[in-house]
Amino acid sequence: MSQNLLELTGVHTHIGAYHILHGVDFVVPEGEVTMLLGRNGAGKTTTLRTIMGLWQASAGDLRFKGRSLKGQATPDIATQGIAYVPESMGIFTDLTVKENMVLAARAARNASELDTQRLEWIFGLFPALKKFWLYPAGKLSGGQKQMLAVARAICEPRALILIDEPSKGLAPSIINNLIAAFKELKRQKTTILLVEQNFMMAKALGDWVAVMDNGRVVHRGAMAELAEDEAMQQRLLGLSLGTHQ
Amino acid sequence: MSATTAIATPTAAAAAVPKAQFDWRPLALLVGLMGLALPAIGTPSTWLTLTVAGLAMGLIIFVIASGLTLVFGLMDVLNFGHGVFIALGAFMATTVMGGMTGWAGESTALQLTSVFTAMVVAMVVAGAVGWAFERVIVRPVYGLHLKQILITMGGMIVGEEIIKVIWGPQQIALPLPSSLTGSWLLGEASIEKYRVMAAGIGLLVFAALAFTLNRTKVGLLIRAGVQDREMVESLGYRIRRLFVGVFVAGSALAGLGGVMWGLYQQNVTPQIGGQVNVLIFIVIIIGGLGSTLGCFVGALLVGLMANYTGFLAPKVALFSNIGLMVAILLWRPQGLYPVTNR
Amino acid sequence: MLNRLLSHDLPRSRWLAIALLLIVIGLAVAPFAFPGSKSLNVAAKMLVFILLVASYDLLLGYTGIVSFAHTMFFGIGAYGVAVASTRMGEGWPALAVGVAGALLISLALSLVIGLFSLRVKAIFYAMITLAVASAFQTLASQLSDITGGEDGLSFKNPTLFSPSFEPFENVVLGITIDGRIFSYYALFFVVLGLFLVLLRIVNSPFGRVLQAIRENDFRAEAIGFRTVVFRTLSNVLSALFACAAGALLALWLRYTGPDTTLSFEIMLDILLIVVIGGMGTMYGAVVGAVLFVLAQNYLQDLLKIGATALEGVPVLAQFVSPDRWLLWLGVLFVLSVYHFPTGVVGRLRALALSHKP
Repeated sequence: MSQNLLELTGVHTHIGAYHILHGVDFVVPEGEVTMLLGRNGAGKTTTLRTIMGLWQASAGDLRFKGRSLKGQATPDIATQGIAYVPESMGIFTDLTVKENMVLAARAARNASELDTQRLEWIFGLFPALKKFWLYPAGKLSGGQKQMLAVARAICEPRALILIDEPSKGLAPSIINNLIAAFKELKRQKTTILLVEQNFMMAKALGDWVAVMDNGRVVHRGAMAELAEDEAMQQRLLGLSLGTHQ
Repeated sequence: MSATTAIATPTAAAAAVPKAQFDWRPLALLVGLMGLALPAIGTPSTWLTLTVAGLAMGLIIFVIASGLTLVFGLMDVLNFGHGVFIALGAFMATTVMGGMTGWAGESTALQLTSVFTAMVVAMVVAGAVGWAFERVIVRPVYGLHLKQILITMGGMIVGEEIIKVIWGPQQIALPLPSSLTGSWLLGEASIEKYRVMAAGIGLLVFAALAFTLNRTKVGLLIRAGVQDREMVESLGYRIRRLFVGVFVAGSALAGLGGVMWGLYQQNVTPQIGGQVNVLIFIVIIIGGLGSTLGCFVGALLVGLMANYTGFLAPKVALFSNIGLMVAILLWRPQGLYPVTNR
Repeated sequence: MLNRLLSHDLPRSRWLAIALLLIVIGLAVAPFAFPGSKSLNVAAKMLVFILLVASYDLLLGYTGIVSFAHTMFFGIGAYGVAVASTRMGEGWPALAVGVAGALLISLALSLVIGLFSLRVKAIFYAMITLAVASAFQTLASQLSDITGGEDGLSFKNPTLFSPSFEPFENVVLGITIDGRIFSYYALFFVVLGLFLVLLRIVNSPFGRVLQAIRENDFRAEAIGFRTVVFRTLSNVLSALFACAAGALLALWLRYTGPDTTLSFEIMLDILLIVVIGGMGTMYGAVVGAVLFVLAQNYLQDLLKIGATALEGVPVLAQFVSPDRWLLWLGVLFVLSVYHFPTGVVGRLRALALSHKP
């Protein structure tokens, strides 16, 4: 029975006058992949951003490794061991792939200080990054940028990785590439909180699932359970397995 | 298995993929301007004198403007009060050099020392005031452009008045030490000694900035921060602290530029900040807000333009810069080297 | 009736209403109540600044655009009257030609600047207007054949406004009526009329769109308003009113020079007044202009007292030297932007609201 690495209790978030999260409760067990599912506008991205401190929770608590994240600044949250891959990927387009990676590796002052073994492993997962190493990141294709975004999150060991809709707008072959990479991460017991609309991907990777609607978590449980129950899928996600990719 | 070897440049496969093409067109514009001026001016020697003067002036403007463009690019703060650091630097120079003229006497070495001391003191003082300025005036208005413009402008008024309180409201002479006056003769062209020195210092500043931005991690952070502040914070860097550093550095550079400008004009007035303000705004708009290289090319263009038109058509001189700005904005509305923001 | 006159934009605060009433009455009877040329000058300056700042409030307070070119249009108005009167010989035709010409030039210039610059980011626009205004100021000094250069132009007004015109033999209500009095009342009624027009503009549907653009231009564009058009129109209107203010100033001073209208100090004064008075209120311009002109004239006297008290103390004495009154105004300005963002009018209105049951 794994520990809960991340625990959200009754989290509310306001953006200006808008009340987006209305009491979010769920946990992310250590060493496993938790999927955060839900329709557009359910509050999934807002939840991730609140965890990262980009938006501050107005009520409730967020505990990482037992310590509260509430009120902390984003850089401090990140240095506690959380990596974030936003929906927009956050690639620095004017910088080269190499420079993007050097930035992501907090311990490295320049490229020669990057962990070679780890880098080779990343190149194995995403060969395109090795090919375009000196290329400005802005010139990469959408799929390659996504790979770079994920590569940045794993270039140093992190306790928790938050990923927001990595498969959005990507070709199926690239999605398979991503699934393979995430499966590899799973093998290494990395804890991942993954927001996805692609249910096939969710099913392939997720151990646990939390489904959101209208700023609340309306269902929590094992992925296997949800994958079996088509009726529940219809009810929670408004779709069934077969229709979505 | 090769855990200790550094990552070398990937091999043949990657070599087939070209590195990003460097955008050479703005540089071509610069060279083109210099080339066009030659037939317009007529005599090569006059052209040389004017070109050196233009480049020197441009480099001084670059030194002043570089801080402003980085501050805006990095933290989205437009400091309309940047001129106050220029004036501060220039006035500090009058005090320092005025105090050291006796000690320096006729010796070239000592005179140069007094100039460099003035520069260092100006940078330190301007930097310190910059730190206070950021804390008191700028910090409360991050993200609010309207208030920034108003408040930094207010800061400049107050700063200018305080300068008048300390040094008096009138013009103060800032003569060049004897070893720096006069010119060298290159064939028929006379090239002022001071201008060459100013150009040298300007190039040094550019080199230092280029090195810092491109070869150090801090520079990497700044360049990334200019594009996407949030992402840099999400990667675990306290970029707000970095910003204060950049602001202080920018103010210090403005102070240095003030010394150089004051020596260029050989006198200093409290309005010096406001006068140069307009020029540097034109430069950073031309260059692209947030781009150091753009600022560099823009400053050189402005310096050259000012000197060429000053010789060819003095009445048009002030408009030449605005005309240049309009022309460039029509070609590239975001400036010569636009910085792609999130 | 009053409601319609003020375009339903009432003061909404008893103190503000009282203040405004006092100001209007005070300005109306100034020649009789405060005789003497100094006080009349102060009153005239207040009138001009009310119009000048109200027109700027349209741009800054209601549309959210920062422009440093306002003094340029102010100057065009003043120089229009001056140049026409000098070239054509003084009189009504010259006045008419001068004002019409100035308005046309202002229209054209503001249109060009607006269409060009308003497509770029707001920050760009602010900087570009700064550069343009600066260039114009230099131009005015350099084209000395036309503008009189640094010395400016002195000219005569049409007879009605000329100081030597004294239609009444006897003293009326304590003072001698002369051309100055007529020109003062011309200023008063023109400013009053134009101010009411401005009130009408900002309270019209057009004015509401401007405010929508100020709040969220992206959304305004999404709803379907072509923001460039509205911004340009606001720019043009603001310029035209500023131009009118300039013409009035020239009429009053019978002189125009680079520092009466084009100096950066005047731009700062405008900014100060609009911020301290209250942005986006129109009445802020009235209250602010009156306070500012009073302060400008009497603050220096106050500082003189302080200066004599601190005489001999080296640096401190300089801080309260009357020449350094701009320092204190600058400090007040910075403090106002922080703590007083809604200005005097905003504060008074907030006070009134908080007292409501």
